[in-house]
Amino acid sequence: MSAIDLSGPSAARKIKDKVALVLVCVAFALALIPLVTVLWTVVKNGLKRFDVEFFTHSMNAIGGRDAGGGAYHAIIGTIEQVGLASVIAIPIGVLTAVYLVEYGGGGRLARVVTFFVDVMTGVPSIVAGLFIFAFWLKLLGFEYMGFAGSMSLSILMMPTVVRAAEEMLKLVPNDLREASFALGVPRWRTICFVVLPTAFTGIITGVMLAVARVMGETAPLLVTVFVTTAINNDPFKGPQMSLPLFIWDQAQLPQQVAIDRAWTGALTLILFIMLLNLAARLIARLRKPVSR
Amino acid sequence: MAKRIEVSGLNAYYGKTRAIEDISMTIEPRSVTAFIGPSGCGKSTFLRTLNRMHEVIPSARVEGKVLLDEVDLYGAGVDPVAVRRVIGMVFQRPNPFPTMSIYENVVAGLKLNGVRRKGQLDEIVEKSLRGANLWNEVKDRLGRPGAGLSGGQQQRLCIARAIAVEPQVLLMDEPCSALDPISTLAIEDLIANLKDQYTIVIVTHNMQQAARVSDRTAFFNLAGPGKPGRMVEIDETNKIFTNPGEKATEDYITGRFG
Repeated sequence: MSAIDLSGPSAARKIKDKVALVLVCVAFALALIPLVTVLWTVVKNGLKRFDVEFFTHSMNAIGGRDAGGGAYHAIIGTIEQVGLASVIAIPIGVLTAVYLVEYGGGGRLARVVTFFVDVMTGVPSIVAGLFIFAFWLKLLGFEYMGFAGSMSLSILMMPTVVRAAEEMLKLVPNDLREASFALGVPRWRTICFVVLPTAFTGIITGVMLAVARVMGETAPLLVTVFVTTAINNDPFKGPQMSLPLFIWDQAQLPQQVAIDRAWTGALTLILFIMLLNLAARLIARLRKPVSR
Repeated sequence: MAKRIEVSGLNAYYGKTRAIEDISMTIEPRSVTAFIGPSGCGKSTFLRTLNRMHEVIPSARVEGKVLLDEVDLYGAGVDPVAVRRVIGMVFQRPNPFPTMSIYENVVAGLKLNGVRRKGQLDEIVEKSLRGANLWNEVKDRLGRPGAGLSGGQQQRLCIARAIAVEPQVLLMDEPCSALDPISTLAIEDLIANLKDQYTIVIVTHNMQQAARVSDRTAFFNLAGPGKPGRMVEIDETNKIFTNPGEKATEDYITGRFG
């Protein structure tokens, strides 16, 4: 028996290790550059008009050249449109996922649904908008309205919600379902009171990602909601505004005052998405059982 | 209230594979029946056919009769959910519901079946936890998560949860295999107490455990390599361990198996 070799890795391996470490760190820094740059630019340019007037006034009767004005109408529009889209897409999405995981069992219908969810994931957002435009506005003859935008957004949200909820439901250990069945609890109650609560935190995170994704959509709203400069609180009647539309509308004007408004709109949108994420985390934390 | 189970000509399948073959036996009320045998011989599968948990697995099915005091559990019009309310089950790995507190875990079966009166629930929680020898350890922290308990405590919590719905029969699938000797002892004491009220069936790999806790023991074995599992014999525990009727049983319990 020769002596046991307890020396560490060879010099060559140590060098390889260092090289790999440096490469990973550089890649991380490179990935951070665009993120930090975008945040920095938006904050720097957006703070110029980040004032009370911006959040309390619309652009009604304010021309592109005029200073002042605000995005109140756009904020209202975004909240209503995204809110309605969530009301449509989240229940349908979560229920679809429940079907796929709890009832479908890899059957023919489940496979077909999964296939179409995959197809929907790839639908370009403008196509979702044009579909609602052709169906709701042209075929059924409705006017431009916030609700039409909500429907197109919900088409974009649904596949993301289904996918996220499906993955989370699959993570719930089968032991728990069996434990519940063994207590004589019917399947639907098991799903409502054991499976969904266990997956809740993950589903909320997925749902928030879906909401954040559609919040920044411009194209489908352009053909369904149109644009307006006035406040319209009713999502079921007449054109509305939304933050992405507001940014697009103001940024194409040549005047610096308009461009400043667009930057502040962008900052507001980013803050909205951040708040939503924080709220989701808070809900998830509150939902956990009392500390151990 | 404990009931007798009579099984006759029972076969269980996973898809096209037959897992257990033609089992018939009687399980006496207010006693402990142990199932022993090598891994993969169908003990757990057979146990799960007794409260219709077998069919929860996709493509799994059962043929034969399981009579619970004259009622066929596989008869037409029998609701598996109702069967499981009468025949409770404790699993190999403790599986308290992670989103629920200790209190909520114990009442889960009742609450999910519509019992909601707070006073009544409080009473049942104390009774069930006392029944599972866990009350003194957790009575000051009923609001804490059930998943925060130790493994042995979690398993006793699962037993409390199972007896809270007041079943007639309690099935235990290797309830101590994930536990240390002290927790195992606690569970065995508990089984000895519970058999005054319940019919208990326990699957175990630990032959000393079978000898300690059970009144009757059934030995299971494979009919041959690649063949389904079958029951070799069932008799008084004493007899099985001292003077078994079959050579295969003797080989297994004396360690001369395989």
